[in-house]
Order: sequence, then C-alpha cells, then structure tokens
Amino acid sequence: MDSCEYEQIEPRARPTPAPTPPTRDGREERRRPRRRWEVFPGKNRFCCGGRVIMARQSGVFPLTLGLILLTCGLFFIFDCPFLVQHLTSCIPAIGGVLFLFVLLTLLRTSFSDPGILPRATPDEAAEVEKQIDGSGNASYRPPPRTLEVAINQQPVKLKYCFTCRMFRPPRTSHCSLCDNCVERFDHHCPWVGNCVGKRNYRFFYAFIVSLSFLTAFIFGCVATHLALRAQGGRGLVFALQESPGSAVELAICFFSVWSILGLSGFHTYLVASNVTTNEDIKGSWSGKSGEGVANPYSHRSAVLNCCATLCGPMPPSLIDRRGFLPQDESVQAGDTQPPAAAPVSQINVVGGASRPTLALQEPLNSSSADAS
Amino acid sequence: MTHSLQNLQQPNVSSKVFIQRDYSSGTICKFQTKFPSELESRLDKQQFEETVQTLNNLYAEAEKLGGKSYLEGCLACLTAYTIFLCMETHYEKVLKKIAKYIKDQNEKVYAPRGLLLTDPIERGLRVVEITIFEDRSVGSGR
Repeated sequence: MDSCEYEQIEPRARPTPAPTPPTRDGREERRRPRRRWEVFPGKNRFCCGGRVIMARQSGVFPLTLGLILLTCGLFFIFDCPFLVQHLTSCIPAIGGVLFLFVLLTLLRTSFSDPGILPRATPDEAAEVEKQIDGSGNASYRPPPRTLEVAINQQPVKLKYCFTCRMFRPPRTSHCSLCDNCVERFDHHCPWVGNCVGKRNYRFFYAFIVSLSFLTAFIFGCVATHLALRAQGGRGLVFALQESPGSAVELAICFFSVWSILGLSGFHTYLVASNVTTNEDIKGSWSGKSGEGVANPYSHRSAVLNCCATLCGPMPPSLIDRRGFLPQDESVQAGDTQPPAAAPVSQINVVGGASRPTLALQEPLNSSSADAS
Repeated sequence: MTHSLQNLQQPNVSSKVFIQRDYSSGTICKFQTKFPSELESRLDKQQFEETVQTLNNLYAEAEKLGGKSYLEGCLACLTAYTIFLCMETHYEKVLKKIAKYIKDQNEKVYAPRGLLLTDPIERGLRVVEITIFEDRSVGSGR
C-alpha cells in the first residue's frame, strides 16, 4: 500500500457543475454550464430553456393555430350574441370548453417530445458495429443490416439505423425531417409541426377528436344562426350581409369538417387495432407485403387496445433536455486545463485501497420533472 | 485499515458490457437475463440474474395496465393533459425507485467487485451498461 500513488479527487456533492473559478479570466463565458438541449443532434427547435421541443420546420402549424383562433374568434363575436339571445347561453359555454380543449391538446402535441430515442453512445455503437461487421472496415459502409427477433412468437425484423448507430427497437422509425428515431412512430404531422409518436399520440388523438366536435359544433351553430336570421322570407343573402363573419366560418368549417372527421375515424380504427399510420401505410400486418401476418402488439380486443394506447401509463422522455452537460463536455476544445471531475455524487465504498472509488452521474436531473 | 476518499485513485475503465433489451413479449421494457461471459470472473450468475430480474419487475410495474393507470389516463384526458405539467406520473415515481435500487446495488454488490451499473434511463432504456474497471488488487489484504 505504501508504494501506491494516489491523486487527490475533489468530491462534488452538487449535481450541477461548479461555478467557474475566479482565476480563469476571459474563459468564464465559455465555461458556462450548458444544458443538453443545446447540443442535441437532431433537427429540432427548442424554446423556454429546453422545455418546449418542436421540429425545426414548423410546417403549417402557424396556419393550424391561425385558422382555429380565427374561426373561434369570429364565432364568439358574430354568432354567440345572437344565439344567446335567441336560444341558450349554453352555446358559448360549450364552444369555450371545446375551444380550450382543442388549443391545449394542440399545444401539447406540438411542444412535446414524441418519444425520441437518444443516439447510441460511442461505446454502444462500437459494440453493435463490432457484431455487424467483424472486419472493422471503417471506410466501407456495410449493407443494411437487420436483426430478427420473435415478438409474441411472431418474427419481426429490426433494422439498423445508420444515423443513430443502433438497431431500432420494434415500431421505431427514423424521421428524416427531424433526423431522430421516434418510438412507436406514427407519422410526421406538418399541421402540428412535430412528429407523432409514443409519447404524444394520445394528445394528437384528443386534438383531432375534439377538433371534429368543435368544427361540427361551430358549423351547426352558424347554420342555425343564419337560418334564424333568414326567417320570415328575408333570405340567406340578407342574413350573410348582416353577419359577414359567419360566411367565413361556414366556409372554413365546411371544407375542413370532412377531412377532420375522416382523420378522426381513421385514427379511431388505428387505435382500436393497435396499428400505427406508418405500419398501415407499409402494410406490415395486412399482408400487402407478402403473406398475411398478425399484429403481434394487438391485445386482441378493441377496448383493451384503446385503453392501452390512450389511457396507458405516460412514458417518460428519454432525452434529458434540461440536464446539464458534464463539465468536461461544456468546456471548449481549446481549453488546455485537464477536465474536472464530472458533476457527480460520490458513493462511499467501504473497504481497503484496492476498492476503487466510483463516481455516479445523477440518474434523473431534478429539473426533469418539468420535462414534458 | 481504511483510506480516506482523497487518497484513492480514479480507476481506469477496462471494458463495457451491454445488456440488450428482450423484445419477446413486445415493446415493454425488459432486459435479457443471459449472463455475459465477460463478467464470469467478477460476478455470480445468480447475483446478476437477480439484479436484471428485479429491474424487469420494476419496469413491468411502471408500465402495468391496470385500474390505477387507466384512472390516471382518464383524469389527464379530462384536464386536456395539463395535469401532467404539475403532477408526477406513476412511471416517473417508479423510475425514482429504480434509480435508488441501482444505487443500492452499485454500493453493495457491484462497486466492491470493480463494476458499475449505469441506469438504463441514461441510455434511452436501450441497454443496461456495466462498466468493468481494471482490477488493481494485487494480493490485496483487507
């Protein structure tokens, strides 16, 4: 034991990196502790300090939001006063509740992590690549590899993702727009400006169903309003002149209600059979590609499938957006200082000198509680 | 005779073993219990299997479909899912239990043998990473 050489290790109890030492003049800005979202490799946009995540291309999300706000605004301004006077005051109440529900679920769908899988760490990737290509030839890209697994006695092929450097779990697909592998990938929706996957599918489904109700409700109310105004032989044109906003609403609702209702119906079918849009399009379980195979993920009961998909436990976000990067990764490449110990909590190992002191990174950052 | 923390040297990583996911029952989080050959010199097969099986049971508890999870789901739906912003979900509660279990296992079983378990949540629930440290004991006494 006397011949051992030991280095002093500084125990750090705090999970966050230590503040910059005052002697480092001119480097304090570069040593600002960075959060993981700032170095996220996918094509995503982050807001509110990493709490909000969207695709980089927002698609037609502003249009979706604008149309909903416009239609509901016109409804409350032009139709509600008349209908409250002539029918019941329940109408703006119901409209208000539906509008709020639609807006909240839309924002939840657009701003949540859809179930992005973090990319493989270099060690993991090296291990997988070792298994795939024994020759270790880095320059030649090996042919696409698949791994066959049996899921509920059903053979399923898992594909290797070259970008994320791992075998994709079942039902996971790589979205080229967001450049991420997403679990239980359904589709990339330009209307919400985000992928729809395991974590936000229930929000998406709630959004389209409530939007169908809202659109149908507004359409019905506007039609009633115009019919009431046109009574007594005054005609529809007169009614429209009196309430021009109603014409706009009628047009928007009429053209969108069919597609939204259709989409809701389609997704209800998907939920009941526990199939994703991606699988449906590719015909994974319908037998378009070869012989008919049963869906191994289905619970064999439509009710159970619905419950599992929509009311199941909420999976956690696997990408720690708000966590801090270890100190040595935050530091710029030009810094010659040896990397400080990672922000860790030391565990005390009982024993003699032969037992190494191991450092554990805090598993779940305390700020991950507000990650959606 | 014990050494204080300052006198112990940061160990070198010898290799890493990855316990992959077991998809035989579907997409639920479950890890393979096959004992890797690299750990044969360091760890009992039974100990390893117990650790992985306990982890699998904990994840099964987190993902269990039952009355409680349905209630949580329905309540969340009624509040337009805003309740998730203020409340900790059942899954997150179990993840905390898992983190505590892994910390305990590391302290009691793995660290004394020069191994380190990494919480699967840090690897996207893809693998259980076991880091094997260089064995510095050369005829070490206790």
